[in-house]
Amino acid sequence: MKLDAKTPSGPLAEKWDKHKFEMKLVNPANKRKFTIIVVGSGLAGGAGAASLAELGYNVLCFCYQDSPRRAHSISAQGGINASKNYQNDGDSDYRLFYDTIKGGDFRSREANVYRLAQVSSNIIDQCAAQGVPFAREYGGLLANRSFGGAQVSRTFYARGQTGQQLLLGAYSALSRQIGRGQVKMFPRTEMIDVVVIDGRACGIVVRDMVTGKINSYAADAVVLATGGYANVFYLSTNAKGCNVTAAYRAYKRGALFADPCFTQIHPTCIPVSGEYQSKLTLMSESLRNDGRIWVPAKADDSRRAADIPEGERDYYLERKYPSFGNLSPRDISSRSAMEVCDEGRGIGATGRGVYLDFADAIGRLGEDVIRERYGNLFHMYEKITGENPYLQPMHIYPAAHYTMGGLWVDYNLESTIPGLFVVGEANFSDHGANRLGASALMQGLADGYFILPYTIGDFLGRSGPSGIGTEHGEFGNVESETKERTERLLTIGGKQTVDSFHRELGKIMWEYCGMTRNEAGLKKALEMIPVLRDRFWQDVLVPGVGEELNQSLERAGRVADFLEFGELMCHDALNRTESCGAHFREEYQTEEGEAVRNDKKFTNVSAWKFEGADTSPSLHVENLEFENVHLATRSYK
Amino acid sequence: MNLTLFVWRQKDAEDKGRMERYEAKEINSHMSFLEMLDVVNEDLTEKGQDPIAFDHDCREGICGTCSLMINGTAHGPEPGTTVCQLHMRHFKDGDAIYIEPWRARAFPVIKDLVVDRTALDRIMYSGGFVSVNTGVTVDANAIPIPKSESDKAMDASSCIGCGACVASCKNASAMLFVAAKVSQFAHLPQGKVERTSRVRSMVAQMSAEGFGGCTNFFECEAVCPKEISVDTIAKLNREYMMARIKVK
Ligand SMILES: Cc1cc2nc3c(=O)[nH]c(=O)nc-3n(C[C@H](O)[C@H](O)[C@H](O)COP(=O)(O)OP(=O)(O)OC[C@H]3O[C@@H](n4cnc5c(N)ncnc54)[C@H](O)[C@@H]3O)c2cc1C
Ligand code: SF4
Ligand code: FES
Repeated sequence: MKLDAKTPSGPLAEKWDKHKFEMKLVNPANKRKFTIIVVGSGLAGGAGAASLAELGYNVLCFCYQDSPRRAHSISAQGGINASKNYQNDGDSDYRLFYDTIKGGDFRSREANVYRLAQVSSNIIDQCAAQGVPFAREYGGLLANRSFGGAQVSRTFYARGQTGQQLLLGAYSALSRQIGRGQVKMFPRTEMIDVVVIDGRACGIVVRDMVTGKINSYAADAVVLATGGYANVFYLSTNAKGCNVTAAYRAYKRGALFADPCFTQIHPTCIPVSGEYQSKLTLMSESLRNDGRIWVPAKADDSRRAADIPEGERDYYLERKYPSFGNLSPRDISSRSAMEVCDEGRGIGATGRGVYLDFADAIGRLGEDVIRERYGNLFHMYEKITGENPYLQPMHIYPAAHYTMGGLWVDYNLESTIPGLFVVGEANFSDHGANRLGASALMQGLADGYFILPYTIGDFLGRSGPSGIGTEHGEFGNVESETKERTERLLTIGGKQTVDSFHRELGKIMWEYCGMTRNEAGLKKALEMIPVLRDRFWQDVLVPGVGEELNQSLERAGRVADFLEFGELMCHDALNRTESCGAHFREEYQTEEGEAVRNDKKFTNVSAWKFEGADTSPSLHVENLEFENVHLATRSYK
Repeated sequence: MNLTLFVWRQKDAEDKGRMERYEAKEINSHMSFLEMLDVVNEDLTEKGQDPIAFDHDCREGICGTCSLMINGTAHGPEPGTTVCQLHMRHFKDGDAIYIEPWRARAFPVIKDLVVDRTALDRIMYSGGFVSVNTGVTVDANAIPIPKSESDKAMDASSCIGCGACVASCKNASAMLFVAAKVSQFAHLPQGKVERTSRVRSMVAQMSAEGFGGCTNFFECEAVCPKEISVDTIAKLNREYMMARIKVK
């Protein structure tokens, strides 16, 4: 299959305008004749559904939570980037584009990233107009801060609750359309499969999570805005419900899955405290501005932090990366923490933790200044761990956080199934091998507010209505498959709970396809996952029945998909014989432990095509061209 | 530690429901309250019993999904904390803990501890927004907003829509929730144009959904995990009064 990215010709800065002009329009009177399904009501889905409804399309919007306002986007803390240059510090569309391409280690598409930078300013205007209470200066203008190593202050924020406020903005736009009847909202409804007829996405099959009924919905186009899959690791910073089902089902129906092995590991999370642990909590990266990261110099040092003298501590980031020190990028900081723990120098009950120490900063600036800067974070840490970080250093450890891989989409955000569009974290498009801070919120809203409404119009204008309703036999077929699968899960009647399988899978993924990977480990995982999957289908215990609210059944369906998807991730990681960004293959590193890319072979996107249950997926490659930024090595020494 | 739990079990909306007793054994004090329930559920599942259904998602105190009445208090004993952020170190070995769903006419029970809170969404759909289409906005800095006003808007808009205020109010009033939203927009220039219609429709929808009126018990403020102040209710009342005068 040839992957055609459909990137418009012409100079980088003019591509989007040119494309917008060339796209087909749908006559306003005809828009109401089209129905669009949007699965997901996070930043990408909520913004998309509202904007499409404003244009006059009929929109059906689905989410698994009880309300669209609870989508996982709500938990983003740090901020959102935009190239407004309000601070007059030299920011521009080009600089935001450049930073994002470089941050992604040259594994993303230039034209998409440039467009993202171009529309970033509109996002801030849009949100401010909706009443999003961004932080402000005393003069009444918007405040900015710097984030994630950028040298300009381009991050907009709303206290530590930026994701919440942006999502409430999108939710209010969506509410307005729901109130008008232009969007029909289906909360507590999980999409289980997509229906493809004559090569076009024609609708979806869902499970009503309250009654358990399986239903079908038809539409002229389907949008997946279903978020990321970091929960394949079981423990992650994601909400408990986040899953890969929608994307994975689309993959099984013919959509290609791109770069699944690119997952970001965030360096500053509260470490795991025991087997019972259900999720990991992120501590904002901003703490690294003043906190110093260290471990004991000797292995198996069980003394309390305060009893370890300065000379017997190893401030390993400051030692290895003198110019960036504790502010080294996420992938580098995460890997370094893992290394020292592997050497037996990790701290805490599990040995999987490092200190984030504020003693020096408190000595230098006083406790009040630290309280002023990080008070709420310290409070949250104390709430979770029961320890006072003013008196003793925090314990932190890396955790799975964000997934850069996703369904392959072209410049129009359309997957390889015509009529199936993918936006936000669910697609692969803009972050390459490494996502910078404050860029996911930007991408979700850019896709939803400013790109999708144009490109979907173009699709509908060209293709016309699908003319297919749920009475078409294929809907019935997919419904039956769905019911059979549910029935099968409920009747296995084994001994092991769904969560225990998920935990086992998570351990395999974290160990062999986590922060670092190597050939032997990946091959081992590829042997272990099918065995675990077989055991799951023979021994899982799903209580209850299908026709009711059944949370074990919901989780079982998601874990079943993770059990297949994990294997795809390992395939991808094994295939990519280079290190880039967050994908670190141990075989490809310099003597000092830095990532070594293979630009000759891998300046590309690996997109996988499902070839049947017992066959390996086939690989299709989109070559990336860098016409505007020169390929260069990232260095943080 | 070992605990005795009394948990509300109710098969579906039609079922009458009853308290059932469970033992939670060897609970680690580092667990969150929901992790403790996870452990109990794993145990029940293995024993072939139906696990306890409860709502949750982010487990970080921000999505507003979790909703448990613990020993008669919405979100449990710690002030300013959602249940997902409540840790077992706040309980003692041997404690008996009563766990019930949110109770309010407008929040019917779906199963066990899961209730239907879509009434809050319908209040929002009736007018909890600024009417602005995508892509027709002016530059964000074209409308300066005094920091103090913007901060007040932010205080109000940190409401997570959990419904604890409703569940703990004797009248099952949704006043604090509505007040938070109305107050957010009342502090911003963007919200001013629709202030009359907004407050009228939201208050009307609130009554239509079967939420009671506010008679100043202030239980809502006491349990709100985001510490939304009852001052917002005063603001709502002022907005509502002005709206009524305008209409007459
Ligand atoms: C703790 C944390 C902090 C973060 N902080 C930042 C930050 O400061 N800045 C930044 O830029 N990014 C941040 N991120 C990343 C960012 O929040 C996410 O990448 C982004 O919000 C994803 O948005 P989305 O709309 O693509 O998906 P989501 O918000 O995850 O929405 C997914 C939607 O899909 C629905 N859904 C999923 N599957 C199904 C299904 N099968 N059927 C029906 N519905 C389904 C869900 O119900 C939900 O509505 C953070 C992430 C985390 C976890
Ligand atoms: S006002 Fe407080 S208690 Fe009520 S819904 Fe909002 S956050 Fe929950
Ligand atoms: S689960 Fe999200 S607030 Fe508790």
